[in-house]
Amino acid sequence: MSFLIDSSIMITSQILFFGFGWLFFMRQLFKDYEVRQYVVQVIFSVTFAFSCTMFELIIFEILGVLNSSSRYFHWKMNLCVILLILVFMVPFYIGYFIVSNIRLLHKQRLLFSCLLWLTFMYFFWKLGDPFPILSPKHGILSIEQLISRVGVIGVTLMALLSGFGAVNCPYTYMSYFLRNVTDTDILALERRLLQTMDMIISKKKRMAMARRTMFQKGEVHNRPSGFWGMIKSVTASAPGSENLTLIQQEVDALEELSRQLFLETADLYATKERIEYSKTFKGKYFNFLGYFFSIYCVWKIFMATINIVFDRVGKTDPVTRGIEITVNYLGIQFDVKFWSQHISFILVGIIIVTSIRGLLITLTKFFYAISSSKSSNVIVLLLAQIMGMYFVSSVLLIRMSMPVEYRTIITEVLGELQFNFYHRWFDVIFLVSALSSILFLYLAHKQAPEKHMAP
Amino acid sequence: MKLKALPSMSRSDWCRIPEQALPQEGSGKMASLDRVKVLVLGDSGVGKSSLVHLLCQNQVLGNPSWTVGCSVDVRVHDYKEGTPEEKAYYIELWDVGGSVGSASSVKSTRAVFYNSVNGIILVHDLTNKKSSQNLYRWSLEALNRDLVPTGVLVTNGDYDREQFADNQIPLLVIGTKLDQIHETKRHEVLTRTAFLAEDFIAEEINLDCTNPRYLAAGSSNAVKLSRFFDKVIEKRYFLRESNQIPGFPDRKRFGGGPLKNLHYD
Repeated sequence: MSFLIDSSIMITSQILFFGFGWLFFMRQLFKDYEVRQYVVQVIFSVTFAFSCTMFELIIFEILGVLNSSSRYFHWKMNLCVILLILVFMVPFYIGYFIVSNIRLLHKQRLLFSCLLWLTFMYFFWKLGDPFPILSPKHGILSIEQLISRVGVIGVTLMALLSGFGAVNCPYTYMSYFLRNVTDTDILALERRLLQTMDMIISKKKRMAMARRTMFQKGEVHNRPSGFWGMIKSVTASAPGSENLTLIQQEVDALEELSRQLFLETADLYATKERIEYSKTFKGKYFNFLGYFFSIYCVWKIFMATINIVFDRVGKTDPVTRGIEITVNYLGIQFDVKFWSQHISFILVGIIIVTSIRGLLITLTKFFYAISSSKSSNVIVLLLAQIMGMYFVSSVLLIRMSMPVEYRTIITEVLGELQFNFYHRWFDVIFLVSALSSILFLYLAHKQAPEKHMAP
Repeated sequence: MKLKALPSMSRSDWCRIPEQALPQEGSGKMASLDRVKVLVLGDSGVGKSSLVHLLCQNQVLGNPSWTVGCSVDVRVHDYKEGTPEEKAYYIELWDVGGSVGSASSVKSTRAVFYNSVNGIILVHDLTNKKSSQNLYRWSLEALNRDLVPTGVLVTNGDYDREQFADNQIPLLVIGTKLDQIHETKRHEVLTRTAFLAEDFIAEEINLDCTNPRYLAAGSSNAVKLSRFFDKVIEKRYFLRESNQIPGFPDRKRFGGGPLKNLHYD
């Protein structure tokens, strides 16, 4: 009986999450496009719903809500469904939509998308070989095999995003790094852009006039004599068309230049807006936060290096350690069991909410930047895949932040994965990503001023 | 949406480069033709680049790719074709890329192309309703830029019929991808676009950019296009002396007939 009640609670919450994902899709992601394939929207919302349910189950575990056996059952079911979606459905549909975009293969869409899916499965399977993630006693088609591979991809993604985010955040917030851009710089660049456009126009006018005279001459020739006149007009106009190809090449070069100038001007406008924003109150607040985050970022890089060098993976979670410190050093006595439950609930809750929010915002920005009306379906499905993998690996890593008594369910359901490996892998990729972002931003920052100060 | 004040050395000062100052190349025939500037606006992916290619080179564009910034093409148009006053003009078609929801820095950069515009072609995709709705925002973006010298302020970004009634710049609405609309839905789509064109006080043409027969000489589409270009040239070169004529909001319904006769004799 209690199982039925628990299941209905779970299903209600799943429907709520599904609705939220649907709304997010319509209002935020696709607000400039028209949804023609509802399949895409459904898949996105379903992935979102099942991912959020996993987090919900963790919270329920900490708070002790619902029956423990029904929790276990729902965990298993949820995991199976998510793996089904991430490994079978989403890649298949990605392949299907990519193939539909290519005109040549339009006829045999299904065949080619199946082929693409098989290629994906092959590489996905091969991914697990170099990593020591499984103990050898598991069979081929077990959940652990799939989860381990999904976990590796997801953890890599998380670490890359964290590393880049940790470095980019202070860089964007602090106004110390803003280049000085004046109005005259912008006007000078705009003038160059318009001059380039005028040069392109004058060349195109030559081409248009040449085509017109050729067309008129061709007409005069064709009317009196039929077949031979046509042959003559072809050979006679040969030098004319050669001239045209030369001009066309010059035009191509000029058009490339105009595109470059356009992008540079847009960049200058963006920098100018940021300078103006930094003078406002909000801007100053973010500037201050930027200093704070840069210290945090340096500390994280330091900790990651220490973890790798001294080959240590944290044994206790922050909650228990914090409580230990307060009890032992500060001498404050309180009910450890009671408080550890609530504090870990709050901590885990904050981690979950900020990571979901951060991911959705990043996905939206990414989507706006690179999508067009042709590729929007494929990109949304890719984002759904990334989101699913990200959330699954968040569950793997969040285990470290929880006290031992709450970790059991994750350990039980996910089987005997080598959790320590995932933490080590996260640290390595985080370090690599952070250091390369520092290098990349440094180079980009150095190179930019020289471009614009040139007369 | 208030308009920003431009710095003292404003764009409009040096943007109007007279035709004679352009680099003279080749035969004198080229330099003697006057020019008009027409913007081609619309969401990304509707087919502006294919349309411009079709209009200027009478060929279908083989591999359309994403337009960054602005791409220009030129068409030679015979004003008043078939009459003794026939004269050839250059029509510059400025195909401005991007989406209507771009960052404001991209919008500010695009605004440099909207100076001294003589006509606007609004392009939308018949299979995508959002692109038709976005045309209102596109036209506002372009028209606001151009109304700066006369000091007209716009209070918000919404569509305002009064503004289009006062508008001096001829508009043309073109719907693309007609071949992808199924026969049964055609009537409904065409009714919707007729309303759209009426809102802009403009003519409309519906075609497929991959098929040149829609603009074949003598077809009604070609006639509408020719009339639009004639109107643009007229507004630029023949009605200039009289400036704006306020209080004639319905002159376009008469096809500008009585007004034309006033200025040619």
